[in-house]
Amino acid sequence: MHRRGHGIGAINKKTLAQAKYKDKGTEIAADQLSQMAKQMEAFKGYLEDFASKHKDQIKKDPEFRVAFQEMCSTIGVDPLASSKGFWAEMLGVGDFYYELGVQVIEVCIATSHRNGGLIDIEELRSRLLASRGKKSQDISVDDLLRAIKKLKVLGNGFTVLPIGTTYLVQSIPGELSMDHTSVLQQAESNGFITKTELMSQLKWEDERASRALNFMVKEGLAWVDDQGKERQFWFPSFFPYLKSANNS
Amino acid sequence: MDRWEWSESDIFDKPGESFVCQQAVVSLYDGEDKSTFVHGLLTLTTHRLQWKDPKNRSRILSLPLSLVVFLEQEAAGFSKSAKIVVHLNSADSNKPAGPNRQSRYNYIKLSFKQSGEREFFRELSEQLQQKRWQQSLPPAQRVVATGRHRGIMGIERSIQQKQKATDSNITQSFQDLSKLIEKAKEMVALSKTIATKIKDKQGDITEDETVKFKSYLLSMGIPNPVTRETHGTGDKYNTELAKELSKALMNPLKESGGIMTLTDVYCRVNRARGMELLSPEDLINACEMLEILRLPVRLKTFDSGVMVLQLQSHDEEQIIKDTTKTVEENQSMTSEELSQNAGISVILAKERLLLTEKVGGVCRDESVEGLRFYPNLFLTKCS
Repeated sequence: MHRRGHGIGAINKKTLAQAKYKDKGTEIAADQLSQMAKQMEAFKGYLEDFASKHKDQIKKDPEFRVAFQEMCSTIGVDPLASSKGFWAEMLGVGDFYYELGVQVIEVCIATSHRNGGLIDIEELRSRLLASRGKKSQDISVDDLLRAIKKLKVLGNGFTVLPIGTTYLVQSIPGELSMDHTSVLQQAESNGFITKTELMSQLKWEDERASRALNFMVKEGLAWVDDQGKERQFWFPSFFPYLKSANNS
Repeated sequence: MDRWEWSESDIFDKPGESFVCQQAVVSLYDGEDKSTFVHGLLTLTTHRLQWKDPKNRSRILSLPLSLVVFLEQEAAGFSKSAKIVVHLNSADSNKPAGPNRQSRYNYIKLSFKQSGEREFFRELSEQLQQKRWQQSLPPAQRVVATGRHRGIMGIERSIQQKQKATDSNITQSFQDLSKLIEKAKEMVALSKTIATKIKDKQGDITEDETVKFKSYLLSMGIPNPVTRETHGTGDKYNTELAKELSKALMNPLKESGGIMTLTDVYCRVNRARGMELLSPEDLINACEMLEILRLPVRLKTFDSGVMVLQLQSHDEEQIIKDTTKTVEENQSMTSEELSQNAGISVILAKERLLLTEKVGGVCRDESVEGLRFYPNLFLTKCS
């Protein structure tokens, strides 16, 4: 009576085999993923190519245009890919700077949840180059400034602030910025706040914190106290609460 | 011409045969005489030359490269196309039927009406040197095709084959625009499968937040964007564009609290329109039509020069009513408090309070502690 497949030995063997199958499975899956990634890259390359070469033909065929846009959307390719060309360079005419404008705003909106709508022009440039795809032309800071200048007719919501030798691009105007509200929330418990506290608590850049605080001083919402080690910003609207907290 | 033979189809059926190059609008000459085979598509494979009539698709000729002795080039003249002279051996006696039984010449000419003869000459010479038709291929490929593999090896192999098929499908579809248009639907579906599979395994197609955001904006596509070509210039164009704006921005506006800068609008609209780019001037002109057309989205310019689009529910009367009510509920309010209460910026909150004050909805108390607003009891309690 020698039956196979029973006993501890058999169980061990079975677990071992299962583990091996599992390994093989993950190996195949990883391999497949890398293949998929390759196909995706190929797709991306082709789409970028077509967007720049066949722009006019694609625009002519409404049905195909929709399909093309859908592909660009799923793969994450920028359909706007005009090259600068002679006339854009000399006179600033043509689609090039308009397209660049769209891309500039896009980067600003995409990063605004982190930087509150303030971005260094060099960071803007590197992010923009990454999102335009590998085949696009190089974009200089000067190109960016030109593109932003063309947005001037859309009001003062989008401004370039010269900071020393470089530039800062502000994409959220005071009217829509929630930064001041955040400052108030941080200051609520003590009635005052310093810039360092603000920067560490909200993970803000120096420039962003300074701008918010200075604005509030200018608007009469905050008072300055220079007696301490670091300048403190007091908010008189919190005084009544502080008083009642001290009394009780 | 007696060396040519009729061909059933244009499929390369010889083992190991593969496509090399192609040239359109090529005519065949029997020696010095023009033949009836004009302006066809000439294809070179590793094994033969093939000529196809563009008007009558079943009229296909082929010539084995094994018959070719040597080549000459004839330059183009004033009213003469460039030609390649192909000198030929005599054919096998048992060769398949061709258009001509006999010929006075031992050579043919290929006449290139739309040039391309240089490249063709180069490719043809190379194929003649390589003599690929002499190599019989090992029949190894056949075995794979039977595909009855079991176990892990079999699975792996079938995955590989599928991947190869997809790869070649992508390459073929993107050969030129007309092919892509033909296969557009299939490619859209394929792009989605790839993207979904990658998302399943990696979480997202990319780490780059800008690219993610771009994908999102592009997916909000406007199917038939208003253009100057479709709607002319002037008022009609602006009117239609204004309607398009209002429709496309309704949801994004609601998501962003009912208000959006014009620069944001410019980006979003252009992304939704895809390749039909709008200039900032076009956008402004269309926005100025919004009020005249009584659309639910309106243009507003702040004193600071900031321009925004906002939902009509943000119109002044509604704001005054809401602000009065909020101040009453809280007994008194500063702009900071209203900002937190209503989820708007401090500047906007202040503006709302000042606006409400103007029409008598609230009263101000200006002290060292700042500006505070109270319900207007003069208006409500005294009368």
